[in-house]
Amino acid sequence: MPDTTPGTTPGSTPDPEQHDTAKETRGTRVDDDTVLGPDTEATPDTSVDISVEEVADLPKGKMLEVEDVTLRFGGVTALDGVSFHINTGEILGLIGPNGAGKTTCFNVMTGVYQPTSGGVRFMGEPLGKRQKFQITKLGIARTFQNIRLFHNMTALENVLVGADAHHSTGMFSALLRLPKHHAEESEGMDRAYELLKFMGLDKRADELARNLPYGDQRRLEIARALATNPKLLCLDEPAAGFNPAEKARLMELIQSIRDQGYTVLLIEHDMKLVMGVTDRIVVLEFGKKIAEGLPAEIQDNPAVIAAYLGVDEDAS
Amino acid sequence: MNAVSSFFHGIGDRFRALPRWAKIVLAIAAAVIVYLLPIINPPLITTTDSDFGAVLFLCALYALVAIGLNIVIGYAGLLDLGYIGFFAIGAFTVGVLGSAHAKLPLLLCIPIAMVVTLVSGIVLGAPTLRVRGDYLAIVTLGFGEIVRLILVNADSLTGGSRGISNIPTPPNLDLFGIPHLVWDGFVAKVDLSNQTRFLQFGVTDSIPYYWLALTLVFIVLFLDWRMQNSRVGRAWEATREDEDAAELMGVPTFRFKLLAFATGAAIGGLSGALFATKQQFINPDNFTILYSVLFVAMVVVGGQGNRWGVVVAAALLTWAPEKFRFLADARFLLFGLALMALAIFRPQGLMPPRRSVRAKKADEVAPDQIDAEGVARA
Ligand SMILES: Nc1ncnc2c1ncn2[C@@H]1O[C@H](COP(=O)(O)OP(=O)(O)OP(=O)(O)O)[C@@H](O)[C@H]1O
Ligand SMILES: [Mg+2]
Repeated sequence: MPDTTPGTTPGSTPDPEQHDTAKETRGTRVDDDTVLGPDTEATPDTSVDISVEEVADLPKGKMLEVEDVTLRFGGVTALDGVSFHINTGEILGLIGPNGAGKTTCFNVMTGVYQPTSGGVRFMGEPLGKRQKFQITKLGIARTFQNIRLFHNMTALENVLVGADAHHSTGMFSALLRLPKHHAEESEGMDRAYELLKFMGLDKRADELARNLPYGDQRRLEIARALATNPKLLCLDEPAAGFNPAEKARLMELIQSIRDQGYTVLLIEHDMKLVMGVTDRIVVLEFGKKIAEGLPAEIQDNPAVIAAYLGVDEDAS
Repeated sequence: MNAVSSFFHGIGDRFRALPRWAKIVLAIAAAVIVYLLPIINPPLITTTDSDFGAVLFLCALYALVAIGLNIVIGYAGLLDLGYIGFFAIGAFTVGVLGSAHAKLPLLLCIPIAMVVTLVSGIVLGAPTLRVRGDYLAIVTLGFGEIVRLILVNADSLTGGSRGISNIPTPPNLDLFGIPHLVWDGFVAKVDLSNQTRFLQFGVTDSIPYYWLALTLVFIVLFLDWRMQNSRVGRAWEATREDEDAAELMGVPTFRFKLLAFATGAAIGGLSGALFATKQQFINPDNFTILYSVLFVAMVVVGGQGNRWGVVVAAALLTWAPEKFRFLADARFLLFGLALMALAIFRPQGLMPPRRSVRAKKADEVAPDQIDAEGVARA
């Protein structure tokens, strides 16, 4: 079946989100040539100013619009006519039961998949057939449901790669050590340390990503995404695997990221948690949007309750 | 088995911990010794069954090859099984332009050879690097063989299987002679009857070619270091680690893969050009697929991604068969066994890059700290 995956380039792995067990185990493996640091929970320092001019003075209103997006994988309709928008400066929650299409929605927004029909607008402009890295440069950054750090690079280097998204040093600047190289390297370093400090990872800057404790890896992914200077930060279950206290702390962190001017799209399973931090919520189920509104409205929405309780609406 | 890498890393750490002046003095001393190896003829190291200068030239030549291929395989993670193709194109560009069809001077032929291989790298890489995984290995494997077949069959251009002779040599300086040392047991004597002219390039003495190749190795190593310690090197590494994630973090992965592939190709072309001017005679038999395999072996044995590792491995894998020539064909069996043992016990190579300390500005770290970590991390 050659054309069952619309919009993906031939030969590319079909879905970077699908269960990547090889990478998962690599992420937690302890290599023999590295010392594990004390496994203490790092303390983020939210007083660090991580705002950038890219997010200052953005026009109010709709930053991103998902317009009637349908995406089919062969017989599976992962997204079915989904429309919603994200306002500048808000935290929008994207929730829904397993397999609802949340991650797929991220993949459409970041250029991993081309929708079968419909489209996405960012800052008023259609994303069209832009490539993934071009979309990142436009200002959408993301994290992954399964951690996908550059495992054999240090924490600092991971963030530097993110910062390089807004750099342009090429072969010649690097070979000749032109002023641009030096300027961008030091800008990248400053930005990286600022973000690591904000995330509470500055003490682990020189450790390999794969040797970081799980929670630090999750926060490092956020730091790396922020380093690209995004207008919109998309977090795919950033608190997965956290205990309730850790989750609460991460939600505070996400709020302070928003307070510094970033717009956030947050996927999260835990309904209660989402209620507390989000400004608005969109609910997906079986690829369809079943509700959208303020947290309080969503909480009382019968369709949402049914979806979450797994009750068939026609039954009972 | 970790002793090997901790030994080398130990040297590296101790070296980095030295004050700046000591580093410079040591580096210069080491470089002088390496340059003078064929003059000194150190016992145990020197090869008795074949010309030591010629062996050292090959060591330096293949070190250059390994540095180039390391960019492709080690940094960018692209399995290039046809590297000999670029080597051959470089050699034949020099042959065609310097002897067969024109009489351009060598110093003009070499940059042209590099441009030609760079362009062939782009032409080959542009369509294949868009697809992922094994395709590249298969396509490059075919490429290496196709180049050889073209060389055999494009009679009018390349002389077919007869090859090309009278390839130009580098310009001579011929300033003075340097007498070699001869060893009586472990006592050195100056042998005035055996001198190397500085700098006289010819068939009789390989040593000036060795110096030329070695100089190129140092220059390319320096440029390689600058590339790797920059946005370019990070982009390569991120792409190799996780291509999708890199792309989603804003790395134009295709462009960087192509850059690595083409840069590697150009260095392969430079090596080929050097080979041609040393041999002065080339034919397609010099460029069989076996060399591609040997080149990959050098990178893998050295530890993909570690420039010093692949240089050492290239020199070792070139020197050892010459040193143990008296074992005749048994040495190939031993060579194979050694590679198998390495693959089983140390798949990451002799000296894998130790990334955890790389990001640190070594100069700023106190020696005792490095020592403690060096031991702890080994
Ligand atoms: N590459 C693919 N090929 C085929 N089907 C896919 C692919 N990616 C996703 N799907 C299907 O699309 C549907 C939505 O998947 P998605 O990963 O978006 O769900 P999700 O809401 O993120 O779920 P979870 O909460 O488990 O992460 C699922 O039925 C899934 O099996
Ligand atoms: Mg998901």
